[in-house]
Amino acid sequence: MDITSMTAVELGKRIQAGELSAVEAVKASLAQIDKVETSVHGFVTVDREGALRRAEEVQKKIDNETLTGPLAGVPAAIKDNLCTKDMPTTCSSRILENFKPTFTAEAVKNLEKAGVVVIGKTNMDEFAMGSTTETSYFGVTRNPWNTDHVPGGSSGGSCAAVAAEECAFALGSDTGGSIRQPSSFCGVVGIKPTYGTVSRYGLIAYGSSLDQVGPVARDVTDCAVILEAIASHDPKDSTSMPPGAGGYDFTGALVDDVKGMRIGIPQDYFIEGLDQEVKEHILSAAKVLEEKGAIVEEFDLSLVQYAIPAYYVIASAEASSNLSRFDGVKYGYRTPDYEGLHNMYKKSRSEGFGAEVKRRIMLGSFVLSSGYYDAYYLKALKTKALIKQAFDRAFEKYDVILAPAAPTTAPKLGASLNDPLKMYLGDIYTISVNLAGLPGISIPVGTDSKGLPVGMQIIGSCFDEAKLFRAAYAYEQTRAYERPELVKASKETASEETVSAKAEKAASEMKTNKLSDEAVRTMEGGDR
Amino acid sequence: MAKQYETVIGLEVHVELATKTKIFCSCSTEFGGAPNTHTCPVCTGMPGSLPVLNKQVVEYAMAIGLATNCEITRVCKFDRKNYFYPDNPQNYQISQLYLPIARNGYVEIQTGEVKKKIRIHEMHMEEDAGKLIHDEWDDTSLVDYNRSGVPLVEIVSEPDMRSADEVIAYLEKLRTIIQYLGASDCKLQEGSMRADVNLSVREAGTTEFGTRTEMKNLNSFKAIARAIEGERARQIELLSEGKKVIQETRRWDDNKESSYAMRSKEDAQDYRYFPEPDLVPVIIGDEWIQKIKKLQPEMRDEKLERYKKEFDIPQYDAEILTASKAMADLFEAASAICRNPKKVSNWLMVETMRLLKEHDMEPEEIIFTPEHLAQLVQLTENGIINSSVAKEVFEKIFTENADPAEYVEKHGLKTVNDEGELLKVLQKVIAGNPQAVVDYKGGKEKALGALVGQTMKAMKGKADPGMVNKKLRELLK
Repeated sequence: MDITSMTAVELGKRIQAGELSAVEAVKASLAQIDKVETSVHGFVTVDREGALRRAEEVQKKIDNETLTGPLAGVPAAIKDNLCTKDMPTTCSSRILENFKPTFTAEAVKNLEKAGVVVIGKTNMDEFAMGSTTETSYFGVTRNPWNTDHVPGGSSGGSCAAVAAEECAFALGSDTGGSIRQPSSFCGVVGIKPTYGTVSRYGLIAYGSSLDQVGPVARDVTDCAVILEAIASHDPKDSTSMPPGAGGYDFTGALVDDVKGMRIGIPQDYFIEGLDQEVKEHILSAAKVLEEKGAIVEEFDLSLVQYAIPAYYVIASAEASSNLSRFDGVKYGYRTPDYEGLHNMYKKSRSEGFGAEVKRRIMLGSFVLSSGYYDAYYLKALKTKALIKQAFDRAFEKYDVILAPAAPTTAPKLGASLNDPLKMYLGDIYTISVNLAGLPGISIPVGTDSKGLPVGMQIIGSCFDEAKLFRAAYAYEQTRAYERPELVKASKETASEETVSAKAEKAASEMKTNKLSDEAVRTMEGGDR
Repeated sequence: MAKQYETVIGLEVHVELATKTKIFCSCSTEFGGAPNTHTCPVCTGMPGSLPVLNKQVVEYAMAIGLATNCEITRVCKFDRKNYFYPDNPQNYQISQLYLPIARNGYVEIQTGEVKKKIRIHEMHMEEDAGKLIHDEWDDTSLVDYNRSGVPLVEIVSEPDMRSADEVIAYLEKLRTIIQYLGASDCKLQEGSMRADVNLSVREAGTTEFGTRTEMKNLNSFKAIARAIEGERARQIELLSEGKKVIQETRRWDDNKESSYAMRSKEDAQDYRYFPEPDLVPVIIGDEWIQKIKKLQPEMRDEKLERYKKEFDIPQYDAEILTASKAMADLFEAASAICRNPKKVSNWLMVETMRLLKEHDMEPEEIIFTPEHLAQLVQLTENGIINSSVAKEVFEKIFTENADPAEYVEKHGLKTVNDEGELLKVLQKVIAGNPQAVVDYKGGKEKALGALVGQTMKAMKGKADPGMVNKKLRELLK
């Protein structure tokens, strides 16, 4: 039985049926981690002992039938910006290197209630700032489809771990595309729900008005089931909202029928800057839906060019304030040598934060400064409102909008780091969805000539996740799940040597990075 | 001729609200717990924590806004004020800048015979910071987050005050209103009411404002009055020497009766205010406002009029009785029990005020119960104790909340009404003071007083002096 290749729902069913145990499922995940983690580096922390202990506890509850849900016993990974009690939560930053929260994020708590076994914390761009998972203090994550390429970001660790079958599913967070873009790059399914659907309590904030927690999984059904588990109207989060008309029933929308569904394709997304192969894949996916009875139409969304500047102003402004609590006073990194309070602040933050985080703190502080507030921040807020209106108008005509998740497939490692502006432009298709608070899902629609996955984004109107799931599910029925070569190889015992050879190659390459694989921490290593 | 100067003063008053829990979490607001015991992830700024607004804070703020004739902002929002300091765990304070809860109000003050309106520019809600404790010996600083997140309102006046008297009248007015609402105990010494004074001077007759300074660290009305006088004199001196007043924040040292500059306008911080994204706007509808209006208690001015009418109490007495809610409550409760408001008023006006002054206490610090005061009134009215004994007993009530009946019983202070005993004592006194007897009979009325005194002394004060007087006159006829 190939446990790690199963979807979360399949795995959950087998566990409920007693065909295998939660402990076996976790052991299989840990074994897969042993096989591929050196090549992928999707995790910051793997909690082996804790995971096995929790699996045993969950199994007992499954045995006495107190846990009967579809996710009971299923191993999952959590992005390292979601607080997990007593388990390191670093945001892939030096400043939180040794930080263990005193409470667990609401979304993770909801998963634990459903019997999910958390096996570890996944790598990310530092404080979710980045689109490649290269800004992590703990080293880069690699794309399982081709380890010379990035997995995307900032939830690159979660997406790579799911694609590499190191866990059945993962949680990510999405502020400007951080779930959808890496899902697209890694050939997995990821959804950013409507703002307010999943509690942000325990999510270490980047851009509070844009941040949303969501699932990353291997198919649409898993995403719907996981979202049902994590969605809640949480009194601890004032921006959390009661569910839409259909409640939290997302699985009910998994129907292979798009007859009469009105699908809009924004022409202004398909112009200059979009990779030809990506464009063709999206348009042929739209054709597939049309053939299934959907009414597909092109339209002008407008304001597309304003989304990126508005986003970087708002997100950076909020980040500059959200990240001011990391000051060396109460927790996290404090510089060893300092003279006086201000010097301590300055050195701790200079040494604790990486370049991209500093860049955004400076940008955010600047746009909020007196004299600049109106020209930048206020204008960005107005732009945000206009973008929302543009989408509202579109949803008067269309049930969902189809778009690429990113203009290209995954770039090579190192290609984006020296040109942050180019990296920012890569967020063009995902960012406006956050600005408008809408739900968006990315699903794989094929691979390009380099063998790298292409993702299609389906955008819905607020609290209309059902339509989005339905369109995604219907499309998914037309093609088989593809898995990365690395995973295929890891499953063939005959080619095990190839895997370890590849892993060695990857490891030697990674020495050029700031930290080697040893930086992948395990809880067994004690409290570092 | 020396120039005449006018002082222009505006006030920023911080008031700590009397909620049970903090503004954004459910930690206790209780004063004086062991350091960092009233804390949670929210009020210590832990990563991932989020604020949730305490509705009671909004209701208290609305009540204060309505009672000070403000417009209530129907869509009000919170903003973040960003600055780095360790007493502020997130390094930003959640406050209100763009859409504060109340605006454009006023209160009416009276100084002497003059009545005047002091306008209120705005009032906003915000969270208090923690407390830093500097350990000089160890060269370290410790931080206690128990205060962090305690709800405050800041009431910002227009620069409408012209003297220390007006400032004190304004503060007393605000304090009375807020205490009556039950929104805060407004204790300056404990910091539940704090005032920063913005002061400038200008030549009399001019309309332009001079350069102002802001004075902090004022924790009593006396300190405020002294600081105003001091700062006024300092600024006038600068101007008459042809120097300029620098816009700056100054700290008042009440022991030295002088102030020193803390920071000038140049190094004023840019707080980079922006709307707090973790909280949603507070929408205040008519119904909510009506509900708060209905809950408003009888305010001081109404109470004062009622006392005059209902209890036939003079204006001056009614003013003192209603000056603090604690006093008014005590008066009403004790009067209701003994049904003798005049006598209760007397005890409060004379003895209570005297003892408060003697002990340097505020009416809010009174410890005795209205039951004990009422009992004392009844004991005197029923002739069980005489007035000098009553005074002695009242001191015990004031200092220890002593039960008057018990105390009188225990110390044998009841007035003696046994005529036989009194006669025996009187005969002894007459026999022992032949000169006084002669003097009295010779027409010296004063001599009788000495004999009364001797008798009272012999009876340990427990006789009724009236009765003693009467009997003596009979015996010496």
